[in-house]
Amino acid sequence: MFFQEATPDTSGYMIAGYVVAFVVMGIYVASMYLRSRNLKQDMSMLEELDKPAPVQKQSARKPTNVKAAKTVTKKSAQK
Amino acid sequence: MESKPLALKILDVFSILVLLIAAYLALVYAPKELVMGDVQRVFYFHIGTSWTALLGFILAALFSVVYLINKDLKWDRLQVAAVEVSLVFFLITIVLGSIWARPVWNTWWTWDPRLTTAAVTELIYVAYFMLRQGIDDPDRRARFGAVYALIGGVSAPITFFAIRLFRTIHPVVIGGTNGAAQGSFNMTPHMLTAFFFALFAFTVIFIDLFWNRVRLGDLQNKVEELKLKVTM
Repeated sequence: MFFQEATPDTSGYMIAGYVVAFVVMGIYVASMYLRSRNLKQDMSMLEELDKPAPVQKQSARKPTNVKAAKTVTKKSAQK
Repeated sequence: MESKPLALKILDVFSILVLLIAAYLALVYAPKELVMGDVQRVFYFHIGTSWTALLGFILAALFSVVYLINKDLKWDRLQVAAVEVSLVFFLITIVLGSIWARPVWNTWWTWDPRLTTAAVTELIYVAYFMLRQGIDDPDRRARFGAVYALIGGVSAPITFFAIRLFRTIHPVVIGGTNGAAQGSFNMTPHMLTAFFFALFAFTVIFIDLFWNRVRLGDLQNKVEELKLKVTM
């Protein structure tokens, strides 16, 4: 290589090098995006599991209490 | 999680822009090296990625020291981010070097001191993630990771100085000459412009990826905390 007269054609190696560099960086950025998206999904699911539980209990109890209260009043009225 | 800060969004766009400019300078603006031909152009990205990767490994070692002093897991997340981005950049460095070596040294790989220390450094940090994967307790994982990254950080300067301390065929670009080097060349002013811009571009890209990775680590931490809260 060092006693040559003309410049060798090494453009194929150059293209391969730049393709590898861009592909590796692209894969890494994509992996970060996917990991972030999955974590956000997990986060929203866990927040739903954590927050609405006491609200559901209250809304489930209210009508039964109202019904019970109503029955009591009807019964007491009949008496 | 809070939405992305405006500064980070600007940095994302700026990183893409400087990467494209660096590619233009390397592929079009810089002249073709007459002995090696076009393959010499991979040198700009090779040096850019290696500079930031080695800097990132040293940064990770510094974050380890801070973590070991104050035991704040925030420093552990910074350390992981620095190692991960550096690992990706160093992989690019090694692959580009190998591609350059094929036509210039007539081989893809040789166990030269620089190549050997570079391969060892990469493997040390691959093992770092394997070690972390094997430990469930966050404090223990952070402590082991910090000690490991601190010891592993020594490999970065060894890799950098390998071509200056040992007899090697790897060319020395900055700060010295190496009589045994194969593939050395003198840079023209246009080559120097492309070279320094590549260093700048990869520093910007590193900061951008590092910042994004730290945010990902924070989100991971919040999810883990929430999981514990829900299961308890």
